Amino acid sequence: MNYIQITDLSKSYSDIQALKDLSMEINVGTLFGILGPNGAGKSTLIKILATLVEPDGGEVFVNNINLIKNPRKIRELIGYVAQDIALDKILTGRELLDFQSDLYHMNKKEKYERIQLLVNQLEMNDWIDRKCGTYSGGMKRRLDLAAGLLHLPKVLILDEPTVGLDIESRNIIWQLLKDLKNDGMTIILSSHYLDEIDKLADSLVIIDDGKVIAQGTPAQLKNKLGGDRITLKVREFSTYEESKKISEILSSINGISQIIINKAQGYSINFVVDKEKDLLTKLKVELAFSKFEIFSLAQSQPSLDDVYLQATGKTLLDAEISMTGKRDLKKESKQSMR
Amino acid sequence: MELKQYNLFFLYQETVALTKRLFIQLKRRPSTLLAGILQPIIWLFLFGALFSKAPEGFLPGVDSYGNFLGAGLIVFTAFSGALNSGLPLMFDREFGFLNRLLVAPLASRLSIVLSSFFYITILSFVQSIVIMIVSFVLGYGWPDFYGLGIVFTTLILLVLFVTSISLCLAFVLPGHIELIALIFVINLPLLFASTALAPVSFMPNWLGWLASLNPLTFAIEPIRIAYTQTMNLDVVALHAPYGDLTCKSCISILFSLTVFSLIIIRPLLNRKLN
Repeated sequence: MNYIQITDLSKSYSDIQALKDLSMEINVGTLFGILGPNGAGKSTLIKILATLVEPDGGEVFVNNINLIKNPRKIRELIGYVAQDIALDKILTGRELLDFQSDLYHMNKKEKYERIQLLVNQLEMNDWIDRKCGTYSGGMKRRLDLAAGLLHLPKVLILDEPTVGLDIESRNIIWQLLKDLKNDGMTIILSSHYLDEIDKLADSLVIIDDGKVIAQGTPAQLKNKLGGDRITLKVREFSTYEESKKISEILSSINGISQIIINKAQGYSINFVVDKEKDLLTKLKVELAFSKFEIFSLAQSQPSLDDVYLQATGKTLLDAEISMTGKRDLKKESKQSMR
Repeated sequence: MELKQYNLFFLYQETVALTKRLFIQLKRRPSTLLAGILQPIIWLFLFGALFSKAPEGFLPGVDSYGNFLGAGLIVFTAFSGALNSGLPLMFDREFGFLNRLLVAPLASRLSIVLSSFFYITILSFVQSIVIMIVSFVLGYGWPDFYGLGIVFTTLILLVLFVTSISLCLAFVLPGHIELIALIFVINLPLLFASTALAPVSFMPNWLGWLASLNPLTFAIEPIRIAYTQTMNLDVVALHAPYGDLTCKSCISILFSLTVFSLIIIRPLLNRKLN
């Protein structure tokens, strides 16, 4: 059953179009992943869903309630865990949770029970009565997550919740998300970590440049790519012309498809081989015939990165790197400030 | 009706929580409170000493310069506190804490503004009472019961007026550096261009005009009357270049300014908070 419907959502910040007619549907009780490189529009989408940013166009319905017309009703349904953890470093963790529960109008008994339950669940007993200013990144994130869950929201929205976290904190958060989903909570998780989305998400969208470029379950998206992924190099750093010649050779072999020359990785060649056929022996013969030797050859099951690569011609990592330096984070932060 | 009652209770719950947070911050970092008290006390000592040998009758209607200065410093203390009231909100904006408030289903986002008003009013009262006690100990007098009522009414109006402007600036300006710079620029000039340190009759004509239009003066003069004579709202408190103003007129002007500022900032707060 669709719980959240997003239709033709658009948003611009002065000259930058962050979202371009984005549409998607999210089922109740599922963990929905939003994957994409930094600057793809994930945070803008999340902020619109959290009622912090008003879209320029389009519609969002949560449980058939119009988000733009009834933001307060939506706020009762959602819990939000922001990318940048904003805690009051002078308050203790417990005081912050107490403060937050008053903002959600919880009564004393309810408040006490929920805080204690979350403190235990997120293993915060040892430090919850210390001031937030003394917390590590992992502690802050766990507290922030607890604050988002205090009022038992129907939908939990998390914007890159595990960025920069230690393994212990990440595992605790992952386990909690799995438990919450099993309890029927709808979870929206934005991330640029492929393994996180792959392991946790029931379904996902991949966003690039403000648009949805792929949508489905992780298995569906990977299966669409067909067989195993091969990354081939005939020398450490080939030229484009050389790789072009090799790709022509590859395209003549029946059972090889989706050939891409990956400029960011020294003009390596990525392609898909049909699972049913033993094509690698034939490949070696064909290359040797054209006087090419294999420098390296890596074979892997299709991943979400391959889905992204197939749709955009670059890996997620390359997209991240290419965005570095292009974004004015200070300006973006000012633009999103109320 | 039931829903409205719930909303009122929720508004109360939110406002108490937000105010409590500000007081916890103050308790754990009391430097703002202490500085706000220490600065006017130092001024009271230094300015009092500076004019201690002034000839009798130097200032009409008062026994000493300290007696004259007390009212100015009480108002200045409340004014400075209120002017800084936008800073916590600005920091909440900058560090993203405001978003935590904005994603919550608040009964009314007015609670964010109300909590700042309550906090600053209580803080200003505490600071002002300390200044009043120090003034009393130094022999600069104490208002009668009716006068005390006028002192606190005037302070509430001033704090509401200045806090509304400060909160407005906290939403309009891009960051805390700009807000602090603006506070720095307007704080002392407004004090010197008022009757806090000297009466209008001591000033050149242009400064007398400025002082007589300065909102601080409308707060200082009724408090000065409360300190120097039996309180009477119809007594002339300010000999302005444009005419004499009674205590009642000064308080009425301050009241009008406060109402006007609250009306003016409402659309901005609505836009920023909704």
